[in-house]
This record gives sequence, C-alpha cells and structure tokens, in this order.
Amino acid sequence: MARTKTVSRENLRERVEELSGERVFACYQCGMCSSGCPYAEQMDRLPSQVIRDLQLDDETLLDSNAMWVCASCLACEVRCPKGVDLAKLMEALRQIHLRKALDRMSLDDLSKEAVRNLPQIALVASLRKKSG
Amino acid sequence: MSELTYFPGCSLKDNAKRFEDTAFFVMERLEMPLRELETWNCCGTVYSLTADDLMHHVASVRNFVRTQETGSEELVTLCAMCYNTLSRVAGRINADEEERTKINAFMDREPDYGGTIRVRHVLQVLRDSVGWERLAEGATRPLFGLKVAAYYGCTLVRPRETGIDDMERPTVMADALEAVGAEPVVFPFEAECCGTYQIVDEPHLALEQSGRILQSAALAGADVVVTACPLCQHNLEQAAESLAADVEEIRDIKVVYFTELLAAALGADEGSMTPVVRELITSRVTAEGGA
Repeated sequence: MARTKTVSRENLRERVEELSGERVFACYQCGMCSSGCPYAEQMDRLPSQVIRDLQLDDETLLDSNAMWVCASCLACEVRCPKGVDLAKLMEALRQIHLRKALDRMSLDDLSKEAVRNLPQIALVASLRKKSG
Repeated sequence: MSELTYFPGCSLKDNAKRFEDTAFFVMERLEMPLRELETWNCCGTVYSLTADDLMHHVASVRNFVRTQETGSEELVTLCAMCYNTLSRVAGRINADEEERTKINAFMDREPDYGGTIRVRHVLQVLRDSVGWERLAEGATRPLFGLKVAAYYGCTLVRPRETGIDDMERPTVMADALEAVGAEPVVFPFEAECCGTYQIVDEPHLALEQSGRILQSAALAGADVVVTACPLCQHNLEQAAESLAADVEEIRDIKVVYFTELLAAALGADEGSMTPVVRELITSRVTAEGGA
C-alpha cells in the first residue's frame, strides 16, 4: 500500500519555536511586519497573522501559502520593534514540510528552456528554499 | 600593490561575467587587484535560518579554509548574495567555538577552520580602503549628466549584523557613482526586494516587485538602475523586457552592474563595454559636470 506523505500537525508552536530559536509571544501584534512586507498582498494570511496563528497554535497555518511566498528579504526582521525574526519562523514552517520530503518545487516542473535561461543563483536558491 | 582574495560564486562565471570582468578592471586600476581563490565551491546561496541546520553552513566554511590557506584573513565578494551567505556564516561560526568544532569534525578532507576569516563586499573595499577621493582621481571619463538609481536590494543591507550600510537609507553605491561624476537620484525602493528566486516558479511575484522598482527609479528621473547582485540584475532585466510594452515610463530605463559604470569612468576601452553601457556613455554622458 502506498504511503501518503504527511506533516504532523501536533504542537506546531513548540516545533516552530525550536526550529527557529524564536519566541512567538514576544510579538505584540503591532502589524509593522505586515505593513512593510513587499509580498503581503500575495499571502493568504498576513505576516503578523502568521505569528498570531502560532501564538494560538492554529495548525491550519500549515496550509497557508504565506511561508512559500515569503522570500526571506528581512524587511520585517530589521523593523520589528520586539526583535522577532519572522523570516526564521517562515523558514521553520517551510522546513516542517521539506523535512518530510514534501517539496514545493521540482526541476522537473520547469521546461528545459527555462532551466537554460535562469541564472544558477536563482535555481540553487529556489531549490534550497523549496525542496528538501 | 595589495591584492584582495576574491570569491566569485557561480553566476560571476556565467551570466554575470561582465560584472566580474569590469570589477577586475576597476580594482586593477585602483591598485588593489582581485586574486581569485584557486579552489572554491558554492557559498550555499542562501543562509540557512533554522537553529539546528549546521550542515548547510559547511559550504561557506570550506571556502574559509581555502582562504586561510592563502594566508589572507579576508575574503572579498562581488555577488551580494554570496556576501550575505558568507558573512552570516562567518559571523555565526567565528563566534561559536562549539559549532566550529562540530563542523571541523565533520569535514574530513580539509584542515580545521580557525574562525578568523572576515568577509567584505567590494563596495566596502571601495569606501573604506580606496576612498571616494582616490576613486574620483581615477575617473578619466567622468560620468557627468548620467542619472543613476543605485539599487541595493536585500542582501547587502540586511540583516543589521552584516549589512554594509544604513538599512533604510544606504548610500555606498550612490557615493561611488557620484565620486566618478554621475548624478544619483533619490527613489524609495532602493532596498526593496527584487523578487529573488521566486522568478523560478512564481515569476509573477518577482516581475511585479522588480517592475515596481524600475517604475519608481524611472519616475525619479534615472537613466539607469545600478545593481550589485546577479539575481537582482536578472530580475530587473526580465521585468524591463516583459513590462516595457505596458508601462511606458520604464521603456527607456537600463539596468547594469555598478562595476560596469565604474570601469567606463576609469577609462575602460569602448570595445570592452556592452552595447547598453556604450549607449549610456555616448547618449547620456555630457562633457561638463553640474547644471
């Protein structure tokens, strides 16, 4: 019988805090991260909502696209008045998937032409962020 | 003449070759030539952000071991992403003896890393070791009249610990170009993300971001957007190409590496320039400075 790859949905906050080294209750929900995030409008949950969901241990956060849209540009990290590194929380959420081999992208999905035209720096960075 | 130990990274040998070629010319002229590490490998491309992921820092550390072997205490980069990854790894591993011991125990072919290498970007070398005055003196073909938008993106200025300049209002690249006669414009998106690796599988995200940057630079009156990263350069070029038909303001704007303009100012042969740089020099640069 084929086994389906899944992500454990238990203790989400605890696992994200361990992977990221961050403490989500440091956040007082001012919204600075969401207001400065260049990708917020493409996310189905705002950056500050991602932290709120972690505070509430809301496991449905694992289905959000926010972690994949986040590009670790660190605009939020350098502006957070409470010193929360949201980029590390996003990375932890990605890693929870990637460490179960639930890759977000594969080179097989790209045309040969696309692979030829993209600079290595883009391909390697993308694979490092979206595959395990 | 003091040589700099130089780490190229993947793109500088391929689609960003002109970035490397012009940087070699500039640093040679300024008597601080770049000497490429004889053996090097990928820097890791992005800095791993999880607490337990030491493994992905090994790539950078291997390059530090190679640097150690040359007798140099410093590694210099051109690519902003390499700068970011290497300098963040150096910051973490130099300060943590326990993590260094773990990585040294893992690497079996290399000598141990001693934890002393520091990483600098060429823009820091120009500002802190060459100086704007000396750069200005070398400008035999000053770029008077050329309006430049210095675009920094993310990795040169963030995070705080490794940023080479003010995070919200960086000036180092604009200062370098001003020293050789160009006229920097003020525009708000100089350190906004270009869309980075999203160009691979979510291209609309990257093109929208890069398009916004180009538009804002054009509205500020720039002839050219100047970059220090092969991925920023790629995304901005792609956006310029794909949006030109719909967005009139950006139709004439050019995108080049900062070293291409510095090389032109420092007297590079016209034959060595790309058609884009040659056109900027012939159509935008004027004989006299100031208004």
